[in-house]
Amino acid sequence: MKILIVDDFSTMRRIIKNLLRDLGFTNTAEADDGTTALPMLKSGNFDFLVTDWNMPGMSGIDLLRHVRADDRLKHLPVLMVTAEAKRDQIIEAAQAGVNGYVVKPFTAQVLKDKIEKIFERVNG
Amino acid sequence: MTQPEQATSEFEATLRDHAPQLIESLQQGRFGDAAQLITEFTQDRDRGLYREVGKLTRELHSAIVKLEMDTCNAGGEPSPITDATDRLSFVVEMTEKAANRTMDLVEESAPLVNYVCYEAQSLTADWQRFMRREMKVDEFRELVRRLDQFLQRAMNDGTQLSENLSEIMLAQDYQDLTGQVIKRVTRLVTELEGDLLNLVLMAGQVDRVAGIQHDRDELIAEQRQQKQNGSAKNGEGPQMHADMREDVVSGQDDVDDLLSSLGF
Repeated sequence: MKILIVDDFSTMRRIIKNLLRDLGFTNTAEADDGTTALPMLKSGNFDFLVTDWNMPGMSGIDLLRHVRADDRLKHLPVLMVTAEAKRDQIIEAAQAGVNGYVVKPFTAQVLKDKIEKIFERVNG
Repeated sequence: MTQPEQATSEFEATLRDHAPQLIESLQQGRFGDAAQLITEFTQDRDRGLYREVGKLTRELHSAIVKLEMDTCNAGGEPSPITDATDRLSFVVEMTEKAANRTMDLVEESAPLVNYVCYEAQSLTADWQRFMRREMKVDEFRELVRRLDQFLQRAMNDGTQLSENLSEIMLAQDYQDLTGQVIKRVTRLVTELEGDLLNLVLMAGQVDRVAGIQHDRDELIAEQRQQKQNGSAKNGEGPQMHADMREDVVSGQDDVDDLLSSLGF
C-alpha cells in the first residue's frame, strides 16, 4: 500500500507519516503542494491520498477534482485532513468525491477509524 | 462608523454668518449683491476644500514616512511592515524547528520504552516459572544473567529517557520567544489601524466640505458580494470560535454527522 501525504507544513506531514507508520503503513511519500502532488500521483502507482485543503499553489479541493477527472486516478481513495471547518466546504469536498474528511486538530484514533472505514468501503 | 460631530469648519461658520445677508439681498431684489455673496461663498468653500485636502495629504505623507514606505528609503532599515513580515516568518521557522526537535526526541525515546516493556514481559513469564519452582538450575542461571542485563539496560535507558524528557521540556521555549514577537506585530497592526482610522476621519472632512456623500450601505453590500464570490476557494483556516458560528462545525463528530445526514 503506497500512500501520498500532501500538506504545505512539513511538521504536519511528519505527524501523519508517523501515525501511518504506527498503523502499519510504512510505504509513504510526501508532497508540499497540489502542483507537486499531481504529477507524482499520475506516474507513481499510489493506492491512497491524504491531503490538506489550503496550499499555496494548488489547493486540496482542486487536487481532488483533478484526481477525479483523470481516468487512471478517478478511483483513488482520498482522505482530506484539514483545519477548514465550514459546513459549505465539507459539503463541497463530499460532492467533489472525497472519501473521508478529518478536521484538525485530530487524534490518532480518528485517523485510524477513517482510514479503516475507507478501505472497508473500497474492498467491500 | 458614523460621521463624527466635528467642530464646524471655517466654511460652515462663514456660511452661517452671511446667510442672513444673502437672504436679505434676495428679498430686497439686490441680485447683484446676492451674486457677489454667492461668489464669495464659493471661494470660501474652495479655500476650505483645499485646506482639508492639504491636511489629508499631510497625514498621508506622515503615515508613509512613519511606515517608511517611501521609495527613497533604499538600503536603510526595513520598513515596519517588512519587519513585521520578517518577524512572522521567524515565528513560523521557530515553531517548525521546535516541533521537529520535539518529535526527534520522542522518536529516540520510544524504542527505549519499548525495549523495557518487551523485555520485562518476557522476563516475567520466566520469573513466574521460577516462583512456581518449575525452573531447573541452569535455566535459573540464564534467568539471572538476563535479569542482570535487563537491570543494567533499564538504568541506562531510564537515564537517557530522563534526559530526553528534559530536552523536550526545553524545546518548548519557542513559545516565549514567538509570543513576544507576535505581541510586537499585534502592536504594529493596532497602530496601523489607528492611523488608518485617522486618515478616514480626515477624508470625511474633505467629503463634508466638498458636499460628497458615500453610501456606506452600498459599500457594505458590495464588499459582502465580493466576499461571497471568492469565499469557497479561499478557506478561513483554523476556526477560533466554532461554537459561536452556525456555518462552522465544532469537531470531528459534527463533520461525521453532517456527512452522514447528507448520505455520504
